[in-house]
Amino acid sequence: MRRIQPCDQGFHGPQAPAFSTSHFGPDPTSVTPVNAFTNGSPTSLSARGPSSADTPEGPTAPAHGKRWKRLATGLAVGAPLVLGGCNFYPTYGASRGATTQGHDTFKLYSGMMTTGIIIGGFVGILILFTMVRYRRRSDAMPKQFHESIPVEILYTGIPVLVVALLFLFTVLTENNVDAIVPNNARITTTGAPVLQVKVTAFQWGWRFDYPNNNVSVSGDVTNGPGGLGPQMVLPAGETVQILLVSNDVIHGFYVREFNFSRYALPGVDNRFDLNIINPGLYPGQCTQICGLYHSEMLFSVKAVTPSQFRSWTAGEVAAGHTLGRNPLPSTNVPPPYTHVTPSNALAAPSSKKGSL
Amino acid sequence: MTTTIESPDLIEPEEPGGPAGHGPETHGHDGGHAEHGPSGLLKWLTSTDHKVIGKSYMITSLVTFFISGAMALVIRAQLSNPTSSLVNFQTYNELFTMHGSLMLYLFAGPFAFGGLANYIVPLQVGAPDMAYPRLNALSYWLYLGGTSVMTLSFVVAGGAASFGWVAYAPLSNSINSPGAGTDMWLMSLGLTGFSAIFTGVNLVATIFYLRAPGMTMFRVPIFSWNMLVTGILILIAFPVLFGAVVMLFCDRHFGTHIYSVQGGGVPVLWQHLFWFFGHPEVYILALPYFGIVTDIIPVFSRKPLFGYRGMVFATLSIAALSTGVWAHHMFTTGVVLLPFFSLLSYLIAVPTGIKFFNWIGTMWGGQLSFQTPMLFSMGFLFAFLMGGVTGVLLASPPVDFMTHDTYFVVAHFHQVLIGTTVFAGFAGFYFWYPKMFGRMLNERLGKIHFWLLFIGFWVTFVPQYVVGLKGMPRRIADYLTANGWTGLNQISTVGAMIIGFSFLFFFVNLVQSWRKPVPAGDNPWDGGALEWFTSSPPPHHNFTHLPPIRSERPVWDYNHPEHRKDESHGDKRHREHEGETVGANS
Repeated sequence: MRRIQPCDQGFHGPQAPAFSTSHFGPDPTSVTPVNAFTNGSPTSLSARGPSSADTPEGPTAPAHGKRWKRLATGLAVGAPLVLGGCNFYPTYGASRGATTQGHDTFKLYSGMMTTGIIIGGFVGILILFTMVRYRRRSDAMPKQFHESIPVEILYTGIPVLVVALLFLFTVLTENNVDAIVPNNARITTTGAPVLQVKVTAFQWGWRFDYPNNNVSVSGDVTNGPGGLGPQMVLPAGETVQILLVSNDVIHGFYVREFNFSRYALPGVDNRFDLNIINPGLYPGQCTQICGLYHSEMLFSVKAVTPSQFRSWTAGEVAAGHTLGRNPLPSTNVPPPYTHVTPSNALAAPSSKKGSL
Repeated sequence: MTTTIESPDLIEPEEPGGPAGHGPETHGHDGGHAEHGPSGLLKWLTSTDHKVIGKSYMITSLVTFFISGAMALVIRAQLSNPTSSLVNFQTYNELFTMHGSLMLYLFAGPFAFGGLANYIVPLQVGAPDMAYPRLNALSYWLYLGGTSVMTLSFVVAGGAASFGWVAYAPLSNSINSPGAGTDMWLMSLGLTGFSAIFTGVNLVATIFYLRAPGMTMFRVPIFSWNMLVTGILILIAFPVLFGAVVMLFCDRHFGTHIYSVQGGGVPVLWQHLFWFFGHPEVYILALPYFGIVTDIIPVFSRKPLFGYRGMVFATLSIAALSTGVWAHHMFTTGVVLLPFFSLLSYLIAVPTGIKFFNWIGTMWGGQLSFQTPMLFSMGFLFAFLMGGVTGVLLASPPVDFMTHDTYFVVAHFHQVLIGTTVFAGFAGFYFWYPKMFGRMLNERLGKIHFWLLFIGFWVTFVPQYVVGLKGMPRRIADYLTANGWTGLNQISTVGAMIIGFSFLFFFVNLVQSWRKPVPAGDNPWDGGALEWFTSSPPPHHNFTHLPPIRSERPVWDYNHPEHRKDESHGDKRHREHEGETVGANS
């Protein structure tokens, strides 16, 4: 698996686009920034961040709102931590985010973590100091003071301010992460509708339908022992809109490198956008307990260049992996007033290796 | 009338009723537990004495705790190896479901509001018993029934429930969880839910109506204050859970489609109802333990609580906010209003922070002695600090997106819940054990217990944060070697074994206190609340006489008349002096 380098675009400031399309190889169409997204409603897209919307003039166009926000975020997380571009945001064990949305989330996480370490460290050291400084050394009776209104107001007010700031940055980031390309702007550079993938989670596997390309791939626990499960191939550097649904119970769509998860809820159409920065292989799996084989409900996302993606879809169509060829398991609709016993719920294997 | 008493002369307890004077009658309507009533097993079975019921609650909930803890050790053993086959998938799913259910429904809450509160609250407010002793007994028996039903569900065909302690629909419906174990799980929640509701009624009534003469609401010790607020939260939250459970039962057996899409129902409704119970429940579990720590720290600091009123208002704000944050468990559903629930969740950090600074302010300038209860309280402070800081992170929807249902969350809530229920819970147990049994626990063994637990706790859960950030989801029975989670899981497993090992010292301590009793005396810690005024263990109906109650620590005032807390809140002449003190020390 290729390690992604979000730092490539991580802290070059707002001047740099979120990803440089030239990374994706010689494909001529991918060299053009995806500025056509703004054809529909540019104002509604301006909050999206550098990923797609606010780079219509190319790499040198600054987004003023973004600059202010980065500056403020930087101040909030503590200027002393600046060690230069890449290290501005310490990872604290998290992924830097393989999507622009995930990278925004990562920056928020990193800033909040820094704040948390400062505040938690301060309180922890204060407790330790108090414990050592005032340990019992004599039988003398300490002064019996029991309140101090100014101090109490101080330690009520400061947390309110901290929390207000954290909330502000949360909302700003959340608007980026949750933004989806509106219907009237689903046009890519090539003039085709923005790529949509319908992800259907089921017990226990995934189906990925590409309605734009008439492609459908799927896999479940029985066909991927020790592997990463079915693979969703996506183009890097383009906006992909995921429609996430469930066939039976609640599942969780989670890709660690995307810093993102969303429930597949029966009866609900959940939509979100992904802008994968670099080609690579990103493992994912179901995170919401969904029954016996929950642990095995793996999948992976393979991000390729747009040209590779087009040849992949052509190959899949040629191989007959088209829509309608991957029926889902029956959904076990319960007939009213009847107690139904499923055949699969109690078929526990003695171990993973044996049954898969 | 009683507020005019100036001398430290003892007053005879008048008819219970407190300042209100018209409280529920507690005398004479249950003759079965008079001094010379039945003894031995029959006494335990028939008693309506809050002290007997409290001890029964504590024993039952501790047994539950150890059963559930043993399950945790099996879970940890399973995860120490990527492709472990110690237990199969079905058993693993049952184990984590039962571990969570037993701990949350049947240990953490009942140990606090059924056990410690039952025993301590009437003593702290100077009452002879709970307001409704027979209802209290009913609570216990319902709870015991609920615990038995839940625990025994392992032996029925199909095994125990296996959908996690939150039982999300539609996984918990009759299609996906057909076994009787699920019905027993629901039945257990119904029984313990009613048990909790009755206890909530009892706590609220007792604290409102049975306070001793002179004990105004702002002289109620914080533990009892917190139990009052907990009681109110129980009355808000548990009926909702019961309703949700009944509807799920109807879905399972009577053909309704409340939570099923196919019949026009809404699966996410279960989550809303469950978490409308579930988040207040988190504070139902936490507030009693905050109260324990708040009572312990002043005693071992030899000072009054710093910011008593701030503490009360912080508790009330936490309770109020806790009813409006339920959907922060549902950020990743995509169907809730993120900023609203995020903001309210953030705001809870403020009163919680106030509590922290009040605890520090209480210790500030004191004479701290780190006996076992105080040590456990300090363990609570550090554990809850870490759990609280990571909790603030999780209040942010984007950060929740990246960590939801991973071990980061698992580590977070274990730090919070073990910080409260185990560290603070055992702080309370070590603190009040001498009062309950009239004999001391061994300090040395207690300290070994603490240090092993404390070390094991951090070794277990810090790696879980990291492995969560590396992408390990919760509730999985195995994982791939290629995931790179093995080493961290093994460290975590070692930590869990240390935690398990630490409780051996607890058992040895208990056994030793029974075989070689060291008499405790009435007030071994120089405590200030009323429970330290009566004998250890207290006599039937608790008190033969009471000291005058002029503050939240009347026994301290009685024993140290020259070191009474200044009583005049808000009186400037006195505050000047205190301001100096604070200023000098800070």
